[in-house]
Amino acid sequence: MRLLDMFRRKPNSSQDVAAQRLRLVLTHDRANLSPGMLEILKDEIIAVISKHLDIDREKVVVNFTEDTRETRLMADIPIHTPRTRRGEPQS
Amino acid sequence: MAGKIITISSGKGGVGKTTTTANLSISLAMLGYRVTCIDADIGLRNLDVMMGLENRIVYDIVNYIDGRCRFRQALVRDKRFPELFLLPAAQTRDKNAISIEDMSRVAHEAAESADFVLIDSPAGIEHGFRYAATPADLVLIVTNPEVTAVRDADRVIGLLEAEGWAPSQLIINRFKADLVRRNEMLDSDTVTDLLAIDLVGIVPEDTKILSSSNHGQPVALDERSPAGKAFRNIGRRLTGEAVPFEALQKQTFFQKLFGSR
Repeated sequence: MRLLDMFRRKPNSSQDVAAQRLRLVLTHDRANLSPGMLEILKDEIIAVISKHLDIDREKVVVNFTEDTRETRLMADIPIHTPRTRRGEPQS
Repeated sequence: MAGKIITISSGKGGVGKTTTTANLSISLAMLGYRVTCIDADIGLRNLDVMMGLENRIVYDIVNYIDGRCRFRQALVRDKRFPELFLLPAAQTRDKNAISIEDMSRVAHEAAESADFVLIDSPAGIEHGFRYAATPADLVLIVTNPEVTAVRDADRVIGLLEAEGWAPSQLIINRFKADLVRRNEMLDSDTVTDLLAIDLVGIVPEDTKILSSSNHGQPVALDERSPAGKAFRNIGRRLTGEAVPFEALQKQTFFQKLFGSR
């Protein structure tokens, strides 16, 4: 064991796992939207936006963010522009 | 002036609501306050046993609501503190025997002759929780540092906020400092941050809790019990006194270096 490890927190300790799982569960509970429903919502958002914009479907991120007890739905939707498309193969 | 009505709730069962109610009642009585604790868990009466008063019960809360006795007759006086009273739950009825209005009337009647009225809420988020929470000036949310208990606590806090009921404060019970140090249990900062309400106390796991319920002598009466001390400090905080939090989980640099506990 390296000396530095003594001062470092164990990564993925059961404490960390509990905190991460709890954070996710609370977010979905508070928003009253299950993880599966969020995926469906994401697909629907992609479908609607795609009608009007050329977006990078693979890189779309739709997630909740939490600020104390306020929850927001954040969507990060990269758009293909002539600049980003340069050099990429035409799909 | 009417006393303060404090409801002890949790959502999840088995996290220590009744233990907390009994110990805070004793702690406040030890400070010289007039206290009445109400067992609102109709059908699953336990606060009487926790306080060692089960043999003194004559009437119960449902008897009073049904008009079969006067308020004072339904109260059981504590054998240790003359200004501490218990209003027992009915054991052979269910929670539908009490309406929200009934409980509010009883709680406010108790508050007329007490400095603190503590209501031990039933588990769950249904009718029993609602009638227990409605008259409260403050709701104490008891949780354990476990995913399930914290999740249920969050539901209760969300309901209280949605209904515009009393503000809530957090008690983390059954805290195991050695497990937290080994990163095997949620620490109090994470729990408090996630639930986003004020922390009023952390009660360490204490083997004396079991023998205290065996004997009907809440640990707050035990000078040497760490949990008892934590409960007494919460009692003092409820009276407005600024009591520093007991050092439970923070390790010093040397403890970290040499791995001592």
